[in-house]
Amino acid sequence: MNPATTAKVITLTIDDRSVGAREDQTILQIARENSIHIPTLCFLEGLTPAGACRLCLVEIVGTSRVLPACTTYATEGMVIRTTSPALEAHRRTVIELLFAEGNHICAVCVSNGNCELQDLATELGVSHINLPYLNPTRPVDASHPRFTLDHNRCVLCARCVRVCDEVEGAHTWDIMGRGVDARIIADLNQPWGEAASCTSCGKCVQVCPTGALVEKGKAVAEMRKRHALPKLITRQQEHGS
Amino acid sequence: MSKIRFATVWLDGCSGCHMSFLDMDLILLDLAPKIDLVYSPLVDFKTFPDQVDVTLVEGAVSSTEDEEKIRHIRRHTKTLIALGDCAVTSNVPGMRNTFKPETIMQHVYGDAPPVQVIPPLLPKSVPVHHIVPVDVFIPGCPPSADTIVKTLLAVLEGKPNPVPPRFG
Amino acid sequence: MTPEALQQVAKAEKDAIARQPQRIGVCTAAGCLSCKSGEVLKNLQTALERRPDIPYRAAGVGCMGLCAHGPLVSVEPDGLLYQDVKPNDVPALVESLATKPLAEKRCDTTAPFFIRQTKVVLDKFDVIQPERLESYLAAGGYTALMDCVTRRTPAEILDEVKRSGLRGRGGGGYPTGLKWETVAKANGARKYVICNADEGDPGAFMDRSVLECAPHRVLEGMAIAGLAIGATAGYIYVRAEYPLAIARLKLAIRQAEKFGLIGDHICGSAFSFKVEIRLGAGAFVCGEETALIASIEGRRGQPRPRPPYPAERGLWGFPTLINNVETFANISAIITRSADWFASMGTATSKGTKVFALAGRIQNTGLIEVPMGISLREIIYDMGGGAPGGHSVKAVQTGGPSGGCIPADQFDLSVDYESLKKLGSIMGSGGMIVMDETSSMVDVARFFMEFCKSESCGKCVPCRVGTTQLHHLLEQVRERRASRADLARIESLCDMVRTTSLCGLGQTAPNPLLSTLKFFRHEYEELLVDNHAEAPR
Repeated sequence: MNPATTAKVITLTIDDRSVGAREDQTILQIARENSIHIPTLCFLEGLTPAGACRLCLVEIVGTSRVLPACTTYATEGMVIRTTSPALEAHRRTVIELLFAEGNHICAVCVSNGNCELQDLATELGVSHINLPYLNPTRPVDASHPRFTLDHNRCVLCARCVRVCDEVEGAHTWDIMGRGVDARIIADLNQPWGEAASCTSCGKCVQVCPTGALVEKGKAVAEMRKRHALPKLITRQQEHGS
Repeated sequence: MSKIRFATVWLDGCSGCHMSFLDMDLILLDLAPKIDLVYSPLVDFKTFPDQVDVTLVEGAVSSTEDEEKIRHIRRHTKTLIALGDCAVTSNVPGMRNTFKPETIMQHVYGDAPPVQVIPPLLPKSVPVHHIVPVDVFIPGCPPSADTIVKTLLAVLEGKPNPVPPRFG
Repeated sequence: MTPEALQQVAKAEKDAIARQPQRIGVCTAAGCLSCKSGEVLKNLQTALERRPDIPYRAAGVGCMGLCAHGPLVSVEPDGLLYQDVKPNDVPALVESLATKPLAEKRCDTTAPFFIRQTKVVLDKFDVIQPERLESYLAAGGYTALMDCVTRRTPAEILDEVKRSGLRGRGGGGYPTGLKWETVAKANGARKYVICNADEGDPGAFMDRSVLECAPHRVLEGMAIAGLAIGATAGYIYVRAEYPLAIARLKLAIRQAEKFGLIGDHICGSAFSFKVEIRLGAGAFVCGEETALIASIEGRRGQPRPRPPYPAERGLWGFPTLINNVETFANISAIITRSADWFASMGTATSKGTKVFALAGRIQNTGLIEVPMGISLREIIYDMGGGAPGGHSVKAVQTGGPSGGCIPADQFDLSVDYESLKKLGSIMGSGGMIVMDETSSMVDVARFFMEFCKSESCGKCVPCRVGTTQLHHLLEQVRERRASRADLARIESLCDMVRTTSLCGLGQTAPNPLLSTLKFFRHEYEELLVDNHAEAPR
């Protein structure tokens, strides 16, 4: 949000702490400003929040539903809880569902050690997956000269879709199919290397939280990403304008 | 205090977790007075004993032989610990799960896969806790010696695992 | 056209009916058409042309409700209704017009199925010719719109709708007047009205019938809404699987434009309101309002978190009113017959009537409209005739994949939004699927979970993967491979999916499972095996 706006100043309570904020800020923004940690996966600063991963769900006193901190705006006097036994359990289940959905073999992944999904499992104390593994058959697209897309490791956070559309302006990526069959596609479901709209800027690779989008030539645990990229670019754009 | 009857077993894995276990180096000497190693691929006992206090399992459950073994072990073990990603997630052995077992056998052995000696593959390679209940999980590929020691000491003292889990 | 000119058209049509009261109506809604009512109509018309001594004239009309016995044919002014009329029954039927009624084809219109109905939305479907605007005008159509355009202010219309107590008929039951008022008050350079005709629940065909039989009633409701909230454009989002409804809607829009009832300067007034059709491509999730809006905008049909609600930020970011077909079809009656009349029907919190589609193991499959507050027992046994073939009714599923199963011992329940919710089901859009004692409730739950799993858009994790896992676990139960621990796993996953999913699809997906578990737990437990200990399968 642009600090120059004339949004009203409000006060609210997050985890028993009274905090000040502007009413054009989301709960997640306010929490981060005040060093209150809320786990996220699909959220990335600089991109439009999607509210898709459901990790940042918080409880709001007086509301029966839990709401995503990344898309919910704060209001005056709001009382928010970012953690509770129920929320913790739901977050752990989200991680378990994701691990059971794809084929996440950390030991042989180029992003091993630099993976947000892996980090979240550690942070949330997920020591094993208490659900059946779905073991889907998913392809790998290595048609691009510099990058690889491994659908086995994709969590459908759609960060790549958003960064390509909102920051690069190419909109090469989108999603096709429904339910667990949904997957990332380049252009009109072409091999990435043949996607005419792709500028090969690599932003999608840098924002991907897992090893789904990676640079070629990297061995296990060698892929390190620059997740701050969209934030830096959008801030620069704001200052430039 | 009597010694803990301790065992380690190895199903479908690469032995890397056992190597990591041995990586404890000198700490093994601290552990030695507390435990009695009653069964392990590292020693020469041929059968799994009747009463074991703690068993460390490395590897996923991939064949009917693995399944029989782990069911037997579970029946005779008080505290079962899944050691390493293969035992916890099925990991690398699980990478075959998108194929049918017959396809894999044919790929490896050609048109005449052996019918003896090689135990039949299960439809899928699965984590230990998908077959029998597991009490403690130590993910990692392999888990570091430090992680194994800290978890093991906590288990021996009946305390919760102090090490946060980490896959890979 | 001016209101006066339109009244002239209506009068001419009424005069024609008075001159020629001997009329035969053949149902030309999709149900009867599928069992050759089109051919019946054609044969009747040819046969009658050859018999100038018989003064009757045959025309295609709307749905007469008893779809189980279609094609249905009505004979006026004799007040006869014939059922199961096949094309080769036509000669005998024509002959009977000159002699005495055809006893073996008579349908008893004094049966509870007919006399317990109160028709508002389905009113005059048996006489309105769906493809003729004149016929709708003669039935009193568009008088509400003319009245609103010429004599009422938007505030008065809002007040009327609010006082009627009408609630959204799409499933949620949100007060319609309140929704209209929110959009009316919202700031926006433009505003839109959207009619949600993406009826996707398995076994539900209420909206299809309304669109096929009285498309003008829906257009009229939308135009009145546009006037009340200050919108000048509306969209009807209808699923492509309804070709007949689409064709009749298109025709109706063209006719209404020609008569000046839709388009610029309606009835010569300052109010303009355009209506366009948008076709859904077969995605159930596009019935969710934010996904529907995304789809109209040309984007992938997937929901976004609310708030902001469409009433604040909807289509193209402008305040948007979304109601479903049945809700809009109630509006003209509320305007012409008053809010008080409407509110006199139903219960304290659920006013008016509700259309239900009876399907599954029930004798009288078809479409009914009943006052809110009627008991399920009356609907299923008295009107529906219970299960066929001497079977006994076991349960009814209301609300489709978002609703729940209600067991037969709870059938004294009053049909209203609150009572259904209390039992773990919902009113939904009006589908009622009846099951008899041969149906396995685990199968029912598995069927609906499979539906939700394949209709999930895949955006949020709990719905995308959670429904898949639940479906997988239900298969294990059915195949006698699940343990008690698996059942516990199912229950906790249901809670998680319900609590954390992004939109209504995921939030309600566990309902059929939870309600069958609540009322028929033994059917699950009988299938459990315990040889797998705690292990997930």
